[in-house]
Amino acid sequence: MEGATMSQMWIAVIGTSAIAFGLKYFGHSVPEKYLSHPRALRINTLIPIALLSALVAVQTVTEKSKLVIDQRLAGMAVAVIALLLKAPFPVVVIGSAAASALTFRYLG
Amino acid sequence: MGQNVRVSRVNRTTAAASFSVSFTVGLYGIAFGAAGIAAGFSLLQTCLLSLLTFSGASQFAVVGVLGAGGSAISGITTASLLGIRNALYGLRMAPIMKLHGWKRVVGAQVTIDESTGVALGQSELGEPAMRQGFWLTGIGVYLFWNLFTVLGALGAQAMGDPAAWGLDAAVPAAFLGLVWPRLTNNRERTLAVAAMALSLALTPFVAAGIPIISTALLAVAFGWKVRP
Repeated sequence: MEGATMSQMWIAVIGTSAIAFGLKYFGHSVPEKYLSHPRALRINTLIPIALLSALVAVQTVTEKSKLVIDQRLAGMAVAVIALLLKAPFPVVVIGSAAASALTFRYLG
Repeated sequence: MGQNVRVSRVNRTTAAASFSVSFTVGLYGIAFGAAGIAAGFSLLQTCLLSLLTFSGASQFAVVGVLGAGGSAISGITTASLLGIRNALYGLRMAPIMKLHGWKRVVGAQVTIDESTGVALGQSELGEPAMRQGFWLTGIGVYLFWNLFTVLGALGAQAMGDPAAWGLDAAVPAAFLGLVWPRLTNNRERTLAVAAMALSLALTPFVAAGIPIISTALLAVAFGWKVRP
């Protein structure tokens, strides 16, 4: 998974943190009417769904800019089953890691 | 008694809710700490993200994008799009918290899903309980989240190859665990599938990170009109 360089990572750490705080502080400082348009609220609840779903897909079946099927897909299958069975978050993550690690060791 | 907020007793129901949320959510910090190391961030950088960014989804996103080879700009953009909701939480909490000066700085930093959620959940107990819920949960999550980030990062460092331990699958599984409870109706489920499809379709053709950010446009399209 190693990709970016250290300096890119420092920029990312500092930039993300500065903007994250700016957004939080902004919310406490502006009059409510500026951000409470129904359309803005609706889109705002959908943005995390789109971005997080995309991250799931990209991190499961791509490497660099190629589509790759490997042990991660087995891990994701277990995560989906665990979530369908309403398993708690740690079980989902650990179950998925175990399935992926076993596939990597014995089939990889 | 109870006239002055500073000396009013801490409501027991509120304190219990705050603690259980803080601890449970804080545990996710283990997954983040491990994800940071697996993506190639240093121990210091991983811990700074938890201390300074302090917003789970944004943190996972920035390490996810850079871990997949994306640039700092695409990582920051993705994380910031996920952080917009904290501004909306601040907006919702501001009239209740009425914070000024350094208290607004501290309060803003701990304005996240959980502190807002617990605070709003105390509305029947009155505004003092809402404020207590906000502070107890915000500071509680902050402490546990950072503690467990360090432990997760140290654990991942000790492990070596992420694939041998399944860390490469644990990270997307953690994202899936974050998005799953948000999928409450057909529009949201369709959007999730569409976002996966679009990001994979774009992956071979554009720079890493772009396929993820582009799905924000899907969210805009899906949310533009009110639909049943």
